[in-house]
Amino acid sequence: MPPGRLLLGLVAGLVFAFLMLPLLVVFPISVSSASYLQFPPPGFSWQWYERYLSDPVWMAATWRSVKVAALATLMAVLMGVPLAFALARTRLRALRLLDRFVAAPVILPTIVLSIAIYGLFARLQLIGEWYGIAIAHAVLALPFVVILVGAALRDFDPAQEQAAMGLGATWWQAAWRVTLPQLRPSLVAASFLAFVSSFDELVVAMFLSGAAMTLPKKMFDNIMLEIDPTIAAVSVLQILLVGVCLGLVSVFGRGALTRSLGGK
Amino acid sequence: MEKRFGTVRALAGVDLDVAEGELLTILGPSGSGKTTLLKVVAGFEVPDEGTVRLGATDVTVAPPRARDVGMVFQNYALFPHLTVARNIAFPLEMRRVPRDEIARRVREVLELVELPHHAERLPRQLSGGQQQRVALARAIVFNPRLLLLDEPFGALDRKLREQMQLEVRRLQRRLKLTTLFITHDQEEALILSDRIAVMEAGRIAQLGTPDELYARPATRFVADFLGESNLIEGAWQGGAAVVPGFGPVPLPAPGTDGAPALLLLRPEALRIGAEAQSLPLRAEGRVVESVFLGVSEKFRVALDGGPELLARLPLRPSQPSPAREGDRVALGFAPEDLHVVRG
Amino acid sequence: MSSAVDRAAPARAEERRWVWLALPAVLFLGALFAWPVLRLLAQAVEGGTLEHLEKAVLDELYVEVLVESLEIALWVTLLCLALAYPVALWMLRAGPWGRALALFMLLLPFWTSVLVRTYAWMVILGRNGIVNRSLLEWGVITTPLPLLHNLTGVLIGMVHVLLPYMVFPIYAALLRMDPDLPRAAEGLGAPPWRVFQRVVLPLSLPGVFAGCALVFVLALGFFITPALLGGGRIIMISMLIEQQVREFLDWPFAAALSVVLLVVTLGAYWGLQRLTGGNRLAAG
Repeated sequence: MPPGRLLLGLVAGLVFAFLMLPLLVVFPISVSSASYLQFPPPGFSWQWYERYLSDPVWMAATWRSVKVAALATLMAVLMGVPLAFALARTRLRALRLLDRFVAAPVILPTIVLSIAIYGLFARLQLIGEWYGIAIAHAVLALPFVVILVGAALRDFDPAQEQAAMGLGATWWQAAWRVTLPQLRPSLVAASFLAFVSSFDELVVAMFLSGAAMTLPKKMFDNIMLEIDPTIAAVSVLQILLVGVCLGLVSVFGRGALTRSLGGK
Repeated sequence: MEKRFGTVRALAGVDLDVAEGELLTILGPSGSGKTTLLKVVAGFEVPDEGTVRLGATDVTVAPPRARDVGMVFQNYALFPHLTVARNIAFPLEMRRVPRDEIARRVREVLELVELPHHAERLPRQLSGGQQQRVALARAIVFNPRLLLLDEPFGALDRKLREQMQLEVRRLQRRLKLTTLFITHDQEEALILSDRIAVMEAGRIAQLGTPDELYARPATRFVADFLGESNLIEGAWQGGAAVVPGFGPVPLPAPGTDGAPALLLLRPEALRIGAEAQSLPLRAEGRVVESVFLGVSEKFRVALDGGPELLARLPLRPSQPSPAREGDRVALGFAPEDLHVVRG
Repeated sequence: MSSAVDRAAPARAEERRWVWLALPAVLFLGALFAWPVLRLLAQAVEGGTLEHLEKAVLDELYVEVLVESLEIALWVTLLCLALAYPVALWMLRAGPWGRALALFMLLLPFWTSVLVRTYAWMVILGRNGIVNRSLLEWGVITTPLPLLHNLTGVLIGMVHVLLPYMVFPIYAALLRMDPDLPRAAEGLGAPPWRVFQRVVLPLSLPGVFAGCALVFVLALGFFITPALLGGGRIIMISMLIEQQVREFLDWPFAAALSVVLLVVTLGAYWGLQRLTGGNRLAAG
């Protein structure tokens, strides 16, 4: 092997080690028998998992985050997929201009969006309501859905829909029976992205959750106040969840995720 | 009929009538407007002027689904997520045909295209030729009033293409399907068509049977596009067309004296060497290039003081080639093989 | 021939359909994105006074925070670029398994909660963290290195979060390159370094610029990582905005700072887009 390639492999290997390191260290800490953060752990114990699973505050926060993420995903998909169709197909200039506007929530610093929505929701008395957080998270997740599904739609052969309509389908029938089933990989990837982005989101939730904490808010407070290894246990569970989801998406999403990320 | 996109006129006054049970071909190079014509007939575009009628019904602004037109797309547009049977059932389901009847008709049409055992396959598990049969089956299973074929053979390799062409023709004749066939391949058009409409720049340059178009093209474009041709700039004189190098050829319905004439001589009308000696019209020239083609040999001959002409001679394995590059040869043709494209 | 039929009707019906499909999302984004953000920004000049904006861009204290935020964003961008390019290049040449593994190792941290990762970095870099404990034990150092609650910690944490955003566009640009091009250059007698310099690098530039624009803009608005890893010693402009709302309830000034952050963000984004010469190949 030429020295240049060897060096390249070495650098890439170090970068990958850097990327994986934080994910790996939480595993041993989560099964530590020590009550304070200690490395290497003095002994093995499931106590932090038990504490997480039996603590009503942690559980309530987790459940709330699941509900928030599910609703945010549902809203983002139900509104984002039709919008993606409209943007990919229309010839109207006014709609075409929207194409740029849609990505704005991604570029806008989260803190600005957070306090903007905070100001609005405070007047509407939505602070502390779980669905209020879900609505705000849907704003953040919508661009992912539109970008992913839109990219798939632009790659999609329009002859498929034309064929269906020529064979007697209305546009709605063609979209439902021919186009959407074939967009499934992108829909799966988009839903996953929407769900995870909401499930992990902290800044918006910090302002909107009030006393009703989401899981990231609870974790944040935990890090600020007392670093006990419970959070390591939570972290491990989250990493495993993401790993499983990634596996599922790569099976059912057939590369839609990596393709779209590559083009971002 | 007219169709404009912005300032581009894709269709400029097209008037076409497909007879019941006929296979009519729209033949033209890319950009000639044949795809636009197809879209207008299928209902994906609305013409700016003129009407589209199916039988007595005006369908000019009708949506595609209301037209009863079966279409085979360039790349077939089979639905990749549905089995062959579900693909073929699609138009019947859309028409709310009862389930058992759908099953029966799908079976029948699969027999017809000779794929009775492939009902449960997915399109990607089929070969190109099989995919095309499925696309055809899907397009005819609901007994459409018109069948549209959009360059359906382009994706197949040569051998399979020839086989499928004959099969489609047999099926079309047997079921008496009224068919509009779009292609840029002149050979394909000659094989399949009852009639051919040659399109050029959004207009129909000529409409006729394949042999009419080949033997008596109406314009330089048609003569050039269909088969190989020698187009010769001649002139009228004393009731005869003067062919440079050969001399005057008396023809019926001559033009006025001194007027130019565009004359067509198909390469296979020309004879070389000994065979040429018995023909009334002859000229001398030198072989510039010869190409061996298996069934025939092609010569490019520069006439003394005249144009370069293309001649094509049939070959028999036992016979030697009549001339080689650089040889001086005699060239001849019969007057009835000369066609006046434009007097 | 013009007839009684309305020829534009089918096209109009189609456009009407697209408008109806777009409407829910447009109304939603309008009400919950455009409207609240614009209302917030308007608060910066509430009462027709420019004093809040003036304070935000003239007061030395706040200018310092802005400059530090820009410096951090710039450092993060450069570090990400330096780490991401070799990775993208390696992925291009790796086999299918290497590529799949690399994608997994990029995507798993990418989708792991920022909080989890930040927490892990605190464990690794802290005074009593893994790095310091190991180095002390081996006798490499005698007093713990200050890795946390300073710029070093913030940079490590931010680079870790933003690195994938740099790798993906560069990798995508490299993938789009015809693999015969480097081979052709090699065949024409170029040594490996020249092949890279004259063929590969120029062709990947759109991806490099797209990645830099994305990373810089995201870094500028970062909040969680600097708040936790900076230990209060590193203040970025996002944290300043949060503080104004949370602690001082000074909405007009928070709005003024938001305007500044937004202007700088859009300016940087626009500038980096211009650098690509309007070439949206990699960013599209």
